[in-house]
Amino acid sequence: MSEHTLDARNLLCPMPVIRLQNTTKTLADGDILKVICTDPGALNDIPAWCRINGHSVLETQKDDKELIITIRVSKPQGGDH
Amino acid sequence: MLAAKAVLEQGVHVEGINFFTGFCVEGHTHAIRHKDRAKPKRNNALWVAEQLGIKLHIIDVVEEYKDVVINPKHGYGANLNPCLDCKGFMVRQAYQWLQENDFDFIITGEVVGQRPMSQRRDTLPVVARESGAGDRLLRPLCAKLLSPTLPEREGWVDRDQLMSFNGRSRKPQMTLAASFGITEYAQPAGGCCFLTDPNYTQKLEDLWRTRGDRRYELDDIMLLKIGRHLRPRANFKLVVGREEGENNFLEGYRHRFTHLRPLSHKGPLVLLDGTADAEDLRLAAQLAARFSQGRDAPEVNIGITRHDGHSYELSVPPLSHEEIPQEWYL
Repeated sequence: MSEHTLDARNLLCPMPVIRLQNTTKTLADGDILKVICTDPGALNDIPAWCRINGHSVLETQKDDKELIITIRVSKPQGGDH
Repeated sequence: MLAAKAVLEQGVHVEGINFFTGFCVEGHTHAIRHKDRAKPKRNNALWVAEQLGIKLHIIDVVEEYKDVVINPKHGYGANLNPCLDCKGFMVRQAYQWLQENDFDFIITGEVVGQRPMSQRRDTLPVVARESGAGDRLLRPLCAKLLSPTLPEREGWVDRDQLMSFNGRSRKPQMTLAASFGITEYAQPAGGCCFLTDPNYTQKLEDLWRTRGDRRYELDDIMLLKIGRHLRPRANFKLVVGREEGENNFLEGYRHRFTHLRPLSHKGPLVLLDGTADAEDLRLAAQLAARFSQGRDAPEVNIGITRHDGHSYELSVPPLSHEEIPQEWYL
């Protein structure tokens, strides 16, 4: 298991989700990914994308300007479609 | 959503594909504009996928899509909307994805006669043919009005359980949605693409005209969605934030542009796109002053930071409403 950070600041929906989607393809089952965003839409979109794809949102931190969403990557055996 | 549901109901494994072209209305302006922050900022494609219990793949096609916008083989609709080319492009992209991911056929929610350009009886075959998808393209909502496709002939789906909707009315879709227990869905009649918006396309045409070249980058088309755009001279235009959310968004771009902001009064960040001499910068400062809270003051102090990083201040009288010709507004 390893920890990674994805800087998605100043990107607007759906780019943070697209970057997240592309990044998780390169990660292993159980890896932790911190996604840093500024688009408030990510607060809904990233958890929704995680629910659809079986990843877990571990923590969401929010201040006036940034969101940090921490995710545990889940890769089903046999690969991710 | 309905087309996918109709096929899911037959026990077929379905996954969603959503293409990001850069012109999508959803999300961006609501996310940026402070006054819209009370509205839900969900991505509809993600929301639909979750309601249906299917995976969704969001694909960035910004680069590939440029050729569709700039050189549409079938031309534009009422604005700069290349709907038929767009549909063919997206189905072609989906067909490519299908081949790479071992899927068997494509489902779209198209209905014969629903849209004046891309969903006519004579243009539906154009999409199937030019995309390369051919008879692997199934339109479940109007399938019974069309020739049987491969998935129907092979028995992967039961044609008898598909629909025969046609025309612009959405009532049959609403009835079908109710039968599936679907009570919440996106606006049924489009409005999801900025290329159908006359105000937006006027700004895009201005961008192309002043550059002398029909090209764009993602940042260009994002900035066209934000702020008040004024072109007081052929060699430059101004992008003026209209409220706090837009000013915050424009802050992210200020290092790429000459920019102005009122110092003596509250007011918006103003980006200057183009080239400007001292006289132009003075005019830009007077416009920045006009959109500040000092609009009625005799003078407003404006901070100007040129593209090369050099900063200075200028004290100017704001332009009056009458001194700003309507044609400056894009």
